[in-house]
This record gives sequence, C-alpha cells and structure tokens, in this order.
Amino acid sequence: MADQRIEPILVERASPTAHAIGAPVAVAIPEARRPSRLGRLLEQEHVLAGVLLAPTLVILALFIAYPFLLGIWLAVTDKVVGRPGAFVGLHNFQVNLADSIFLRAFQNTFVYTFIATILKLMIGMLAALLLNHHFRFKRVVRASMLLPWIVPTVLSTLAWQWMFDATFSVFNWVLLHAGLISQRILWLGDGTMAMGCLIAVNVWRGMPFFAITLLAGLQTVNPDLHEAAEIDGANAWQRFWRVTFPLIKPIMLVVVLFSMIATFADFQLIYVLTRGGPYSSTHVFGTYAYEIAMRAAKLGQGASISLFLFPFLLVVIMFQLWYIRRSD
Amino acid sequence: MAKREGSRTIDRRVFLKAAGAAAGAAVAGGIPGIVAAQKAPSFPKGTKLSILEWVSFVPASDVEFKRLAAEFGKLAGVDVTVDLINMNDLNPRIASAIETKAGPDIIMMIANWPHLYADGLADVDDLAEEIAKRDGAFYEHNKKVSVVDKRWKALPLCSVPSTWAYREDWFKEAGATKFPDTWDELRKVGTALKKKGRPLGQAFGHSLGDPNNWAYSVTWGFGGAEIDPSGKVAINSKETLEAVKFTVAFWKDCLDEGGLAWDDSSNNRAYLAGTISATINGASIYFVAKRQFPEIAKVTEHGHMPKGPGGRFYNIGGQGRAVMKYSKNQQVAKEFLRWFMDRPQYDKWMAANDGYVVGPTPYWEKHPLWERDPKLVPFKEASRFGRWPGYPGAPSRKASEALVKYILVDMYAQAIKGMKPEDAVKWAEGELKKAYA
Repeated sequence: MADQRIEPILVERASPTAHAIGAPVAVAIPEARRPSRLGRLLEQEHVLAGVLLAPTLVILALFIAYPFLLGIWLAVTDKVVGRPGAFVGLHNFQVNLADSIFLRAFQNTFVYTFIATILKLMIGMLAALLLNHHFRFKRVVRASMLLPWIVPTVLSTLAWQWMFDATFSVFNWVLLHAGLISQRILWLGDGTMAMGCLIAVNVWRGMPFFAITLLAGLQTVNPDLHEAAEIDGANAWQRFWRVTFPLIKPIMLVVVLFSMIATFADFQLIYVLTRGGPYSSTHVFGTYAYEIAMRAAKLGQGASISLFLFPFLLVVIMFQLWYIRRSD
Repeated sequence: MAKREGSRTIDRRVFLKAAGAAAGAAVAGGIPGIVAAQKAPSFPKGTKLSILEWVSFVPASDVEFKRLAAEFGKLAGVDVTVDLINMNDLNPRIASAIETKAGPDIIMMIANWPHLYADGLADVDDLAEEIAKRDGAFYEHNKKVSVVDKRWKALPLCSVPSTWAYREDWFKEAGATKFPDTWDELRKVGTALKKKGRPLGQAFGHSLGDPNNWAYSVTWGFGGAEIDPSGKVAINSKETLEAVKFTVAFWKDCLDEGGLAWDDSSNNRAYLAGTISATINGASIYFVAKRQFPEIAKVTEHGHMPKGPGGRFYNIGGQGRAVMKYSKNQQVAKEFLRWFMDRPQYDKWMAANDGYVVGPTPYWEKHPLWERDPKLVPFKEASRFGRWPGYPGAPSRKASEALVKYILVDMYAQAIKGMKPEDAVKWAEGELKKAYA
C-alpha cells in the first residue's frame, strides 16, 4: 500500500491473551490525506449526480433533442435538399391542410392507429389469459408467440405481400378451392380493403407484445384474490372485470401508450405493402412525409407532415401518464 | 422474325474498330490517354474515388461496372470503390450526402434528380459537350433531365425504357400479326384477348415505374399534358379527358382487374405465369423468360407504345451520373466518367446489359447487340419518343412533387374505381395547381 505508513500503536486485540499482555503491534492505517479539489467537488451530491447523468444527457441531447428541434426548425422553413431554408412560419402546415392527399393520410393515420391498437389489446388480452393457464408445451407456445414481433418488419411484410398478391394470393387459393368465393378478392386493390389488410398485418405483428406484457402483468395477480372472489360467488367474467382488470390496468395503459406511439409513426409495413396506394388511400403521415421529404426533396414540407403527429402524441402521452399516476 | 425498319447489320469487330478509332481521335489527354498509352498513373498516390450506384436489375451490369471501375483504378493509380444500394435507398443517401457535404464522389441520378439536387452537383458541361461532339446530340429526354439553368448537372449515361412485352402466339390467335400501332387497335385486340381469358396487364398502384409509364405516356398520346411549356397547369383539357375515358374503357375491356393492387413486379410474375398476354415493362421479363421459361421467351415479342391522336410517347426519365459539388476528387471523378463513356468501355458495359439499357445518344443504336437479338429492337428505338414528367414543360422540382404524389396515376385509378372522368381530371387539376404553385 504505497500511501500508507506503518507505525506502532497500541490497539485493543480481540484475543484475550493479547489483551492481557497489552503488547504493542504494528498495523497499517490509511493516511488522512486532504482530498483533491476534484474529489471535494465530487463529494457534493448534486455535482456527483450531474457528472453521472452527463453521459446520458449528452446522448439524449445529441440523438433525441437535436433531431427533434431540427425537425421543428425544418417544419417552419422552406428547406429543400442542398439549399438553406428560410423561415416561413406556419406556411407548410397551411399547405398541408389544403392538400387532399395529406387530409386523407391524416384520417388514415387515426383510423389505422385506433383500430389496430384496440384489436391488438383485445386479442393480446385474450392470448395472455389463455397463456396464463397451465398446459403442455406452455413455454414453447409462449416463446413462439413472439415470433411475429421478432422477425424484421420488412421481411414479414414481404411475406404478407405474397399472401395478398392479386394473382397468386394463398388466401384466394384456399377460399376458391373451399368454394367460399367464386372470384379472387383483390386484397390491396381497393382503398378500404387495403387499409383493412394493413391493420390486420399490424395486429399480427404487434399483438405478441401485448400478449407477453399483459401475461407478465397477469402473473403478478395474487391467486388468493381470485379464490376469495370465487368463494363469494363471482363468475369468470366478474373475476376478470372486478379483480384481474383493475390490477393489470397500469401495465395495460403503458402497453397501449407504447403501441399507439409506434403505430402512429408506422412506416415500413405500409411502404412495403402499398406505398400509400391505390389512389393514395392508404397513406399515413410517415409514408407521405417520406415521399415529400425524400423523393420530392422538400425537407421542410416533409418535416411539417411528420410534426402533425406531435401534438396528438403529446396529448395521448400526457393523458396516459396522468392517469397512471392518479391510479398509483 | 421480320427485320425492323431502321436496323442494319453491323459486325461487332467493325463496330469496335470504328469505335476505337473515334475514341483515339477524341483523346486529347487525361485518363483515356493514359489508358491508351498504358502510362503511369497521373494522380497522386492514395487518391480515392467513391461511386454510388443502384443494384441493377441485370446482375451482369453491376459486375461489368465494377470490373471497369477497378480497371480504371489500376490504370489511373486511383483507389476506386463502388457501393451498390437499392434504388429506393438512393434518395435518402443523396439527400444526406448533400446536406452533410460528405459521401461518394459520383452518384447515380435517375430521371430528373439533377433538377432536385442541382445545388449539390458540380457542373460537367465540358464532359457532356465533349461526348455530344463525339457521339452526336443526346436524346432530348436525356438532355432535359440533366441540364439545369443551362448547366449540365449530370452526364447522361443511359435510359431504361419500357415497351410492351406481348405473347406473339396469342396475339396472332386474336387476329394481330404484329403489335397494334394505335391505342384503339390495341383496345380491339385486347378486348378479344380478355374474352379468351388472356387479359393485358397494367399496374395502377403506387409503385415507382409501371403506373407512371401508363399515366404519362397515355396522357401525352391523347394530346394532354399536366402543364404547358410555360409551366401553367393544363391537365383539364378535352384531350386528357379522352385519355381518362379511354383508360376506363381499356380497363374494363382489356386489362386484368388486379392492376390496382399491383406493384412493379406483379406484371412480371403474371406474364411469366401466363395469366396475362401483354404488359408494359423493361426487358427484364424477357431476360427471366430466356433463363427460366424458354418456351415463353420464344413466343415473346416487344412492341412500341401505341400512337394516340397526339402521337407516340414513352415516359423515360433516363439516367445520368453526377459529380458531387462537395467532392474533393472532382477531377478524378470527371476523368472516370470520361473514360467510362469512351466507346471501348461503354461498349462492354452496354453489351453486359444485353439490351436492358439504351445509350444516351443515337450513336449506340448501332451497337451489334441489337442485331444479335432483334426481339429487343423496340427498346433501342424507344428513346426517340422519350419524354419526361413535366413535358412539355421542364422536368423541375415541381414535376417531381406531382410525380411522387402520383397525381396522374391516381387520376386514372380513381376513374377506374368509378369516379366520373370529368371529376377525376378536375381533381388532378386541383392537386397539380398546388404542386406547381
């Protein structure tokens, strides 16, 4: 120990013999050095907290705050690729509101998000309740549930594209051979039908996240509560609605919040399957913003389309956080 | 196979000899001189050149491009790298390169991209003028998309036209000994074919190529246009209305009903599966048929886009290669393009493409590959009728906005779905006015 010195001192020994003898022994003790200036600074709690948080703050500032603020700035400029943008105030937003394709994308984004989220919640809850029971191969089934969520979106969507193909759809083949239809269904050839297909694929992909997270919530519910409710004469629905649901509500709200944010901002699935077609009937904010910002090189206009999401997402997030805190 | 008008037999060896002589005459120094003389590299050691290309639909094209780039690197003492990415990813890569002023020295440009990215591109006037002087003037569409404010912002490299691929045997059975020359004639044959369960196929969704090929070519063919030469929106005309009415009738009488759900590869699959008898496409259908379905390749022919009251038109953006303004290797980049466009090199690249690409000047219509497979001759001739989105106006940023909003495509698609043609045209007029505001 380089910074310690040895000096003989009298100490009380644990050994009764040593105590009796009272012999002096040599032990090492740390030198009472004055802490350095940096050390003194770090001893202050608020300084230390700041230092420890700094890396996170830098990362957040660089990768979250800066792109976000840049996005806001772009949205109020007439920036195009290669030219500096000039401040145009809310002009881009006014242009959006006069654009029929944008208004359709606006409507589609809400329809897509709300229907898909509700379906994911309902089916995910059902799957979680089923998976919460004991049965053979339970672990295998639970693990395989996650597959749609794990597979890269582009890959799984390409598979769906084949299944919805106008000429070679496997669904059409099955339905035709089963005698259920007499002519093929054009899954992606009609605006409403195409939107239905997009929602179905989104539900297929996102439902496992709901199921597994809700399952985790269900496993925290004390079985004694169910037993007590059963003794009191509650039926299965009443046990779910009065016991299970209130207990897993916080986790459910968090899952819904995450899912809504992800679904609002969805891009890959729609871009691969329909690219916003036919006749711009399946554009959402993400796909339309990409077309305008990247393919027409109008970065400012594209950013303003993306940012239309922000106030709505903010309201959703604030409401849900408020609700969760109130529940706590 | 009937010999086509305008084509003449030319021996490859004679062609190359002539090409080599012309190239030698054009050499006034630079890399072609170095290459010809096999001299030592002219650039400082460690000079690098980075090129960004798409992944071609013809794999041999990429292989040959990379081989030529490596050859240039060896001769010029330059470390050349070629990155290949999907066509869909090019726009974001270009935008980020220009905005950050860092990235490849040469980037591929498709259609009117030089107009979109003009501020980030170096002028290549000298190169373009040198090649035009040697090979003759560029096709009009190649020139229009490359020249911005009278400056060449990209060097035209080629075009990838789409013609009608059709089943010659089935068309004969329907009474057509050759591909119909007018839209009305095609409708008559198409009606007969659809009645026999062999419809024609055309996409009307939001894929990049096929839907636009129909929308622009048919609009121009009937005498319509999205704007006039001064840039004023002119879509709401009786000519456009006729084009829309024709398309609705053509859809009902001749086309496969799946078209609204198709992407750019759907018609390839449907044609090769024998569920459609004809479709507008690049040469890729034929190439795949030759490799995998020789019996279909044997009965496949290509026909020109039919004529309408307004004439015969192809929507061909063309391709160019741009030297980036931020590049510190602009001189090397230009030398590479000069060397690549030199006849011996370009000849090899064009041969590797096997008819998928067409040269940027009529000079390349004399390439022997067109004689090797006469089925491809319509591709060779398509550039003569090539136009660009925005025609007869400029292929501007505004034309791009109209294109990415699929305004013309959706005008047709909505009419097909039941909207009154008059309303569909009026809708398109409203949207175009916003795009061209």
